[in-house]
Amino acid sequence: MLEIKNIHKSFGTLDVLKGVDLTVNKGDVIAILGPSGSGKTTLLRCINFLEKADSGTMIFDEDVFDLHNATRKEIASVRRRTGFVFQNYNLFANKTALENVTEGLIIARKMKKAEAEEIGRKCLDKVGLSDRYDYYPSQLSGGQQQRVAIARAIAANPEVIMFDEPTSALDPELIGEVLGVMRELAEEGMTMLVVTHEINFARNVSNYVIFMENGVIVEKNDSRSFFENPREERIKTFIQNINKER
Amino acid sequence: MDSRIIKILVDSFGSLLLAGFKMTIPLTVISFSIGLVIALFTALVQTAKVPVLRKLARFYVWIIRGTPMIVQLFVVYFGLPNIGILLSAFASAVLVFSVSVGAYCSETVRAAIESVPVGQMEAGYCVGMNYWQIMYRIVIPQALRTAFPPLSNSLIGLVKDTSLAYSISIVEIMATAQRIATRTYDYFLLYIEAAFVYLIFCTVLQWLQRYLEGKLAQKR
Repeated sequence: MLEIKNIHKSFGTLDVLKGVDLTVNKGDVIAILGPSGSGKTTLLRCINFLEKADSGTMIFDEDVFDLHNATRKEIASVRRRTGFVFQNYNLFANKTALENVTEGLIIARKMKKAEAEEIGRKCLDKVGLSDRYDYYPSQLSGGQQQRVAIARAIAANPEVIMFDEPTSALDPELIGEVLGVMRELAEEGMTMLVVTHEINFARNVSNYVIFMENGVIVEKNDSRSFFENPREERIKTFIQNINKER
Repeated sequence: MDSRIIKILVDSFGSLLLAGFKMTIPLTVISFSIGLVIALFTALVQTAKVPVLRKLARFYVWIIRGTPMIVQLFVVYFGLPNIGILLSAFASAVLVFSVSVGAYCSETVRAAIESVPVGQMEAGYCVGMNYWQIMYRIVIPQALRTAFPPLSNSLIGLVKDTSLAYSISIVEIMATAQRIATRTYDYFLLYIEAAFVYLIFCTVLQWLQRYLEGKLAQKR
């Protein structure tokens, strides 16, 4: 469904992505692990053009995109088909929870307000916020805000949702509610790309794990093999370190 | 206090207040409204990096902030007729004040727009909105909330700056005080009274600002 070929990106003299390839099939839940600075977030951001890659190609369904030279129209078409969930939620601060979900539908997709609100309410119900429609982001906890952000991402019925460290900014006791919603989405067959440090999510929910380091993919494997029989020495230490932390 | 002073005070107070309502307030409201539109436009062409216009905006802000308002008034009212452009005193004042407000407030608005986290823009892109849609629906409303206190400051500043219009024969509070004073020789009394009338107008504006800020705070 989504294929990325040989993507490169540098910020000044710092090479962040050094030729990454990635294939995503419909229904895949791919956890992207790796130390900070390995290029995980940049990879996600290049896919929906929040960052402009230096080079690389993306094949999305039948369409081919030059990741460096996409037209405005092409960028819009990719963004219409993807959802994005940020580490810091990035909810529209001047809009209520419901308006956050409906804004893109009404303004970008020209949907009728009543129709958009119906979808909006459904999406908020789905993430367990049926009693928070009219709350402003500042009146919600981090976990609630992130769930609104997920509702906003699924509202437009995207083919794939990208999660950029969705639980990293949350207090530990709020992480579970967000992961719960993500697990539900995964079980419904949503295609998901998840940059995360949540090992349990990678182990139990995702079906593939990608390990990135220094701008390249070190290993891609199905989740079970990744954790049980890691091929690379580097990954063994990574897993050991994480197990030590807990 | 002898009765003559009281009589002058009472008689002139009405005239000063009336001058305020008939000239100072309209001049302020009209100039500030136009000025805000100019400010928003000037700020936007800079943050959106519109070619050419952005440079023009910078040039405009530079000229206006770098020259005294009274010089600008004289250039427009006494100077422009030399090259065949005749503007009434009121039109000259509105022109100078709104252009001045535009320049100063554009910096306020620009800073406020830049203070809105970049994530708001990115989130807008991710739900499919384009730059101007996000600006209009998400960024500017948040920026104006931030800009509200400094903009109120500019408004209050403008109320007082309109006294400069006195120098191009506009009869506002200051000119009215001056006229009465030359007749009665009570300069001290009349100018203190003029100051007091300005104080009244500005105090009302400050109350209004505080009230509206409270309203805005509730909406977050």
